[in-house]
Amino acid sequence: MKPGRLMRLTGLVRKEWLQVMRDPSSLAIALALPLVLLFIFGYGVSLDAKNVPIAVVVEQPGSQSNAFAASFFNTPYFQPHMMRSVQEAEEALKRAEVQGIVWLRSNFDADYLSRTSPPIGVIVNGVDANTARLVEGYVQGIWFGWLDKQAELSGTRLKPPLQLEQRIWFNPEVRSTDYLVPGVVAVVMTLIGSLLTALVIAREWERGTMETLLVTRISVFELLAGKLIPYFVLGMAGFFISLAMARFLFMVPIRGSLLLLVAVSALFLLVALGMGLAISTVFRSQFVAALVALVVTFLPAFLLSGFIFDIRSMPLVIQGITRIIAARYYVSMLQTLFLVGNVGFILLINSLYLLGMATIFLGLTYLKTGKRLD
Amino acid sequence: MIRRIRALLLKEFLAIFLDKASRMAIIVPPIIQLFVFGYAATFDLNRVRIAILNEDSGALSRELVSRFQGNSTFEIVAYLGSEQGIQSLIDNEKTLMVLRIDNACSRRVATGESCPVQVLIDGRNSNTAMLALNYVRAIVTDFNEDIMARQGKGMPARLAVQAWFNPNLESRWFIVPGIIALLGMIVTLVVTALSVAREREDGTFDQLLVTPLRPWEIMVGKSLPGLLVGLVEVSLIIALTVFWFRIPLHGNLLTLYPALVIYLLSVVGVGLMISSFSTTLQQALLGSILFIVPAVTLSGFTTPIANMPEWMQHLTVVNPMRYFLIVVRRVFLEGTEIHLLVHEIWPMALIAACTLSLATWLFRHRLH
Repeated sequence: MKPGRLMRLTGLVRKEWLQVMRDPSSLAIALALPLVLLFIFGYGVSLDAKNVPIAVVVEQPGSQSNAFAASFFNTPYFQPHMMRSVQEAEEALKRAEVQGIVWLRSNFDADYLSRTSPPIGVIVNGVDANTARLVEGYVQGIWFGWLDKQAELSGTRLKPPLQLEQRIWFNPEVRSTDYLVPGVVAVVMTLIGSLLTALVIAREWERGTMETLLVTRISVFELLAGKLIPYFVLGMAGFFISLAMARFLFMVPIRGSLLLLVAVSALFLLVALGMGLAISTVFRSQFVAALVALVVTFLPAFLLSGFIFDIRSMPLVIQGITRIIAARYYVSMLQTLFLVGNVGFILLINSLYLLGMATIFLGLTYLKTGKRLD
Repeated sequence: MIRRIRALLLKEFLAIFLDKASRMAIIVPPIIQLFVFGYAATFDLNRVRIAILNEDSGALSRELVSRFQGNSTFEIVAYLGSEQGIQSLIDNEKTLMVLRIDNACSRRVATGESCPVQVLIDGRNSNTAMLALNYVRAIVTDFNEDIMARQGKGMPARLAVQAWFNPNLESRWFIVPGIIALLGMIVTLVVTALSVAREREDGTFDQLLVTPLRPWEIMVGKSLPGLLVGLVEVSLIIALTVFWFRIPLHGNLLTLYPALVIYLLSVVGVGLMISSFSTTLQQALLGSILFIVPAVTLSGFTTPIANMPEWMQHLTVVNPMRYFLIVVRRVFLEGTEIHLLVHEIWPMALIAACTLSLATWLFRHRLH
């Protein structure tokens, strides 16, 4: 180590730390932002459709029709409204009062008894395609349950040739919160990591204090380390807040090792801080740096990281683009560490990508900072 | 009066479009966002990776497997010989699911018994898991009905499912019209919020105040550019939605535009409020972000409002984007007439009246 380096470094870190402590805006970004964002996203973003309003049309009440209609009342998924005619139900669907219609025609009971396999009409509002698919699945589930019960009542057993048994690993209750909240942690970390540092170096350039720093004996390496260390500490504080909220407010299980979770988060924070530093070094204006940081880090972290939209379903070109989004590697590791456990292969591959990205961004900043005034 | 406002408008447009950075900020990101969102934001499954463990040697199981081979949604990644390896295939995300057919399956079905078919699925992304299971269930149900028909039996009743307004249930039809509401808000808000803040930072706001312009004329001159830029940008996006993404426009543009103007006016009001609170560009930008992030998240843009906890659903009633999203989706896909959208339009008008008058009050208050 060069003589005096430790002293210069502690001096810089102390200066930066004082600046953070005396300027409420960085503290707000690091500590208040995770709280607010996790709260909004954790409660506001959910794919679990419950209490879907649905019209159940029984044209001619009979024992079979009534039994079928009744099974819609014993499920948390639907909020059934009984109707007598399909016209009435279609009007309700057009007025968006119900999301779907289940329609038992007047000859349902007669056809059922004479074994001519009467159709049960199901109409879903397809505008929200995802919810429509889930509703379709729920109706199918109810239908199977009803068939089973009817067979049991008539003393036989329903014997379809193939009997499907499903085992949903890692999230048997299919709670979408369990997969969304780890993704939210990644979005929050991207935002605080890149916003914190995007403003820092740009501010020094804007105010002209960068030149003051450059004429001292401080080397570029010491300068960058001096900037990174305090914001790293702040970012990790933000991470622990998010982690605590995920575990204790949203009750997401942590099946992997806590130590690994902290380690990969530290690695990702380094990438996010590096992106922010690189952006502010290149643009040298706080305003532009903040805008660029939002557009190139936050939006992709939201859309292209697999946080809500599954990368595996995207067109191949877009899948290629996601390869350069750091958040996707972090989201994958978070979902695995929270829900599955320590899966060596996934952690290794994704960590290597993040390590490469950290090197690129910090290296770029190092090269672009140079002790030159131009 | 008209002349003074026209002069102020001209000045505003010059300020927006002569500055290269702001010109770029208004035109480029929305177009990029439209394309990235339009293609990336999908809930539809493609190339679902599946591994098959077929312990049966009969013709029946081969027929079932061939149905998965012939289905374009699925991509078979492996044929397994034994249970070993299932765990690591799923853990390492080599496959989304494993379909396991019991041995003696064909024999059992031939004697009229049921044969268990097991699906093991990676639930890390629970939404993907649910949708993939629905696809598997559809294939198995079809298969069952065919087999039973061959045996001369029938299901006691069958489901006949149809989807209105979006027959193939493409989630792009849901997301892309939503982007119209999203980008309309972002562009209008940023243009309005930054215009006053920029003048404050440059010190030219005081100059504006000593001109013969009256305060309300300044207000009008500052609100119209955001509204007009928003309208032009949204019209461009509507055109791309219809002609590039081929989303059907069943309704009438004459229904859409009045609602759009009211929506943008409510956003202009929010922008002016942010403007009057902030003294620097950076504060205005931060203020815009603080409004946009919750407004988008709690609007039903990606996930339905109905899925939120009840108390949070009540909070969304003050969010103008929530109402316009419903209007734009219903006009596009359902062709809804304006009289059925009154319940969406009056809350937006109320919000617009509140934000605009509050902004006017704040303006006067902060001017003196």
